[in-house]
Amino acid sequence: MNAALLGIAAAALLALGLGFLARRGRQMGLEQWTVAGRSFGAPLVFLLMAGEIYTTFTFLGGSGFAYGRGGPVYYILCYATLAYVTSYFLLPPIWRYATENGLYSQPDFFVRKYDSPMLGVVVSLVGIVALIPYLVLQFKGLGIIVEAAGYGAISSTAAVWIGAAVATAYVMVSGVRGSAWTAVAKDTMILLVVVFLGIYFPLHYYGGLEPMFAAIEQAKPGFTVLPARGESVWWFSSTVLLTALGFYMWPHTFGSIYTARNTRVIRQNAVVLPLYQLILLFVFLVGFAAILQVPDLKGQEVDLALFKLSVKTFDPWLVGVIGAAGVLTALVPGSMILMAAATLLANNIYRMVHRSAGDTRVLTIAKLLVPVVALVAIYFTLQGGQTIVALLLMGYSLVTQLFPSLVLSLGRNRWVTREGAAAGIITGVVTVAATSLMHATIGTLFPSLPVAIKELNVGIIALGVNVLVLVVVSLGTKFVAARHGLPVKALDPPSRPA
Amino acid sequence: MVRWLALLPFLGMLVGPFFLNRVTPYALGMPFLLAWFVAWILLTAAIMAVIFRFDPANREERE
Repeated sequence: MNAALLGIAAAALLALGLGFLARRGRQMGLEQWTVAGRSFGAPLVFLLMAGEIYTTFTFLGGSGFAYGRGGPVYYILCYATLAYVTSYFLLPPIWRYATENGLYSQPDFFVRKYDSPMLGVVVSLVGIVALIPYLVLQFKGLGIIVEAAGYGAISSTAAVWIGAAVATAYVMVSGVRGSAWTAVAKDTMILLVVVFLGIYFPLHYYGGLEPMFAAIEQAKPGFTVLPARGESVWWFSSTVLLTALGFYMWPHTFGSIYTARNTRVIRQNAVVLPLYQLILLFVFLVGFAAILQVPDLKGQEVDLALFKLSVKTFDPWLVGVIGAAGVLTALVPGSMILMAAATLLANNIYRMVHRSAGDTRVLTIAKLLVPVVALVAIYFTLQGGQTIVALLLMGYSLVTQLFPSLVLSLGRNRWVTREGAAAGIITGVVTVAATSLMHATIGTLFPSLPVAIKELNVGIIALGVNVLVLVVVSLGTKFVAARHGLPVKALDPPSRPA
Repeated sequence: MVRWLALLPFLGMLVGPFFLNRVTPYALGMPFLLAWFVAWILLTAAIMAVIFRFDPANREERE
């Protein structure tokens, strides 16, 4: 066993230990397991939010994106910042409603607001289709990290099985508390490692930031800004805006709102979280530093930029520390996704079929579903293939489709009907699937439009169709109900039925 | 209303790049566009802190 492997193994054990300890002295009812009894103060909510946002995608993908495509990577820096600004206003009403009504999951919110368990099933399915590829991405990243940082001593297949087993175990035991406490270790390590690498590489190889960027500019003019065509400024602004809207629509992110003790905690985090975005700057610097030092990574290999450069530069023990941080960035979000997916299935689909099932029963089912979801994700991870990549690209656009009917349910004047909400979400999702599978862009769909419009993010089309259908169907159902003298069903009943 | 300040980060990050998509002058050693975004992250945190401080909603809920 080499020094690097030792570090990685220690990280896995640390996660397991913290994950188990998180449960200490608590009876794990459904409310404890899914939303920690709505008891978290600002630091734990921060860790949970940061825990699920800074994933292997940030670590590997962020540096790989900077390495492979340059300036367009800045969109990651911007969209989350704007999402945090939005969170200050968007999340408190969601939290208040969820707490008053004792909600556990994201679909619960739609079920209650629109008084429609079927809408809950639709929302759950959208969530699961988006979550599974996201989980696969974490497992894939885990495999890559362990194989690269362990100098090949452990195969990525073995790493995926071990990692998935660790996350499954502590989620089953401790629920969301397990994720929050392992996030303490993860965020401390990732912060130290990434800041160190982001400062060290430019200094070591170029003597500073400006010489590094000047060298890149000389080798690839314009690489560190947005290109004139393709991923242009138009692409950039539309993508930042769309992804900022979708940010809190991920089921596990939405669910972590419920863990807050009060709305003040949420607002505090809206102030602090933007600063935490700066960690991405250091990730990008690593990717930029790699451009001239480990050139010629092609295709999917770009995700290895950070590790290739680290292996080239450092002793094995330090590579092991970096690998350990990487393993934790896969495990923490992985565990949250596992829990969110299992909760959706048990709470919003199983309970829909077995209406008499109580919370204890639902909790048992949810826990049993954790390993099932993990196995499905492992299957897709090991099988590889293009399908899952296509799904992943769709994931963000898919969950964004929940945004219109969510926001429109928050206002006092509620004119969106459940039929309208369901029809909007479904047509939006179908449009996302169609445009993604066709690899369509606005340019290929409407070749005669001006360049600026052609380069907008194609997700705008799905969202537009979604809103249009939502409006038409809502007004239509109200009109029909009025014509036939049917009572328009009161939405949003004030209290939860016993 | 102090809450309207929250629109500034959107202006800075979504509209700014149309005018400032340039490598030089380097600022803090970074390409100008990157430095612009970094500056806006810092400004955003500051703006949110101001909003938090003066928003009446936070005074009501103090524990």
